[in-house]
Amino acid sequence: MQQLKLIISREYWTRVRRKSFLVATLVTPLAFGIFVVVVNYILQYKSAETVRIAVIDEGGIFAGGIADEDNIYFKLITTDLDSLKTNFADFDYDGILVTPALGDLNQVRYNAKYYTNEKLTLALEPILADRLRTALRKQKIAQLNLDERSLKALDSQIDIEPAPISPESMVGTPLAGRIAAVIGMVMAFFMYTTVFIYGMMVMRSVMEEKTSRIVEVMISSVRPFPLMLGKIIGVGLVGLTQVLAWAILVPLMLIGVNLLFGFQMDSSSLADAPPELAGMDTELLVAQVMTELGSFNWWLILPLFLLYFLGGYFMYAALFAAVGSAMGDDLGEGQSLTIPITIPVILAFYITIAAIQSPNSGLAVWASFFPLFSPIVMPSRLPFDPPWWQITISLLLLLGTCVGLIWLSGRIYRVGILLYGKKVTLWEMGKWIFRK
Amino acid sequence: MTNILEIKNVTKRYGNKIAVDHVSLSVPQGCIFGLLGPNGAGKTSLIRMITTITRPDTGQILLGGEALHGNHPRQIGYLPEERGLYKKMKVGEHLMYLGQLKGLSRKTADAAARRWLEKLDLLDRWDHAVETLSKGLQQQIQFIATVIHEPRLLILDEPFSGLDPVNTNRLKAEIRLLHEQGVSIIFSTHRMEQVEEICEYIALINVGKNVLQGEVNEVRERYKQHHFQLSYRGDLPDSFADQFQIVANGRQTVTLAGKAGDNANVLLPQILGTGVQIQAFAEVLPSLNDIFIQVVRTPQEAALEKI
Repeated sequence: MQQLKLIISREYWTRVRRKSFLVATLVTPLAFGIFVVVVNYILQYKSAETVRIAVIDEGGIFAGGIADEDNIYFKLITTDLDSLKTNFADFDYDGILVTPALGDLNQVRYNAKYYTNEKLTLALEPILADRLRTALRKQKIAQLNLDERSLKALDSQIDIEPAPISPESMVGTPLAGRIAAVIGMVMAFFMYTTVFIYGMMVMRSVMEEKTSRIVEVMISSVRPFPLMLGKIIGVGLVGLTQVLAWAILVPLMLIGVNLLFGFQMDSSSLADAPPELAGMDTELLVAQVMTELGSFNWWLILPLFLLYFLGGYFMYAALFAAVGSAMGDDLGEGQSLTIPITIPVILAFYITIAAIQSPNSGLAVWASFFPLFSPIVMPSRLPFDPPWWQITISLLLLLGTCVGLIWLSGRIYRVGILLYGKKVTLWEMGKWIFRK
Repeated sequence: MTNILEIKNVTKRYGNKIAVDHVSLSVPQGCIFGLLGPNGAGKTSLIRMITTITRPDTGQILLGGEALHGNHPRQIGYLPEERGLYKKMKVGEHLMYLGQLKGLSRKTADAAARRWLEKLDLLDRWDHAVETLSKGLQQQIQFIATVIHEPRLLILDEPFSGLDPVNTNRLKAEIRLLHEQGVSIIFSTHRMEQVEEICEYIALINVGKNVLQGEVNEVRERYKQHHFQLSYRGDLPDSFADQFQIVANGRQTVTLAGKAGDNANVLLPQILGTGVQIQAFAEVLPSLNDIFIQVVRTPQEAALEKI
């Protein structure tokens, strides 16, 4: 026990005091902040290029005039096309839009021509189409004697409000489902990345001990099992420290970025929001999201999340440790041994994407029982209030598998760390489990 | 004399390969014991069982009269052939860590580490990362790590490999000092000249089997071939070759093979009788190297030599 403590503390402190740890912990939120700034900049980027377009309105569809866009200027002119084309270089135009008359009021297709020497850009094309569509709509409404308000009434907006049958079931508002999905996805993604980052860290550290031959010295003082366990726990604590630091730094960074650059964080996410939200006032929406977030049972979700995190981390870290012990000095050579570990992790992530869409589907339920998947899949279902018996079974299975896999990995580790210069197959690693 | 270590009929298999095959040997308390054998003979497998890294399939190992148990690693210091330290750790921290793992308290480990570093003039390296030290210095740190917890039994696997002559002598001096303090030392090597110089007892392992063991001088006596070397002035009388069996002829020296039971006192008068002018005369005891080669030689090799 004393030895285990020593090992954990060495594994923890040598990592945490390293410069690279400090850099990674501080730079990641910074990089995240820069990423947000850059993405926002790109999203908000409007072409600085000025485009002047001459419009020859043969069909008279722009009777009501034509609005300019930020850098795109339209001018209705009456000069005929041919003389405009021959003297195109003398005019200060980038293109000529020719709009013929609408033949028939029931005509859906409409062909306009845009004469230019440059390519029709992706930015310009929808603007031109939009101007034409609005103009044609106006014209059609007028000529068909339609009432603008009755036309609007045709587009119904649908809200489906879930209501509980038994009073204790929490169905929340329509927003709740979406927020639950986002929370679920964030948790699953977090699990997925941490399992890989810190699992790999354990694997590399085992390999380093083996290749630097320190392991011979170590196991003449310590049994292999506490050595492996101490390493897994130590690295796990490093992970918790880092995650905690990020949990504080990232929101700070985002607030800082917001204050500095002053854009609305949710404006970009609102772009993909469903239509019923798009109409809503941003501030109202934020307030509503906040109340919804408050309505989740965080006292249940967070502790359970931590349990799944620990279970998932220990299980996969132990597997990575076993693989690391079997690897030789050559990282590339052993890479194939990690595939059996990475496949379930990746698979679980994809199942999660399906699970947050229908959290009570057979796939989601079974995957949240299966211990190799459950640490990633089950947390994503937690915001949807899965039944208690499912959580209990899933946790028990995870715990059992976790203990079993740590034990198995210990058996493999104990043989692997002493074996040099031999390419190991999975089959051989399996045989080590039973070696005396 | 009591034995610090007794190995009784120990066998260890790895898959189909027998690494250690019914080996029995005892290491007397306080001696320097040479564990010899060619590469791959099973020395390291045997050492790993003594250090409790692995367990014997059959047989028993007793340390200080007790069957090996969890507390024994604290009484053993093991310097593996393949050296290794945590490269990023600082020297002082590293020594304290390994000392504490061997059961020392933080304070004792700190004091012992400082004492040893001071002794080897390395105290100023306390805060240096291990990787910044030269290879020779790293080996010295490794040696300190092996002895920091004052083990009763020290196991050194090829301790001089990769050391320059200066560091080799330094290490030898430390080993002798520990020996004087009563530490029992097992010295595993395939380099015979070092064994003859340092060890009192040896065991020779070949293909997993213990083929020979005993006190160094006794072993050499046992394997002597009754050869005598004679240095002389002038020429050998012609009759000499008729009287004695000559094994080797050198410049002004000749090696004679005597019969079993012959000794210098018997042979010398006979040689004097031939009238040769004797400059020196001595019995030739086989070196451990000769014995090693003789014992390790496979039957095929022996047959080839006879042809």
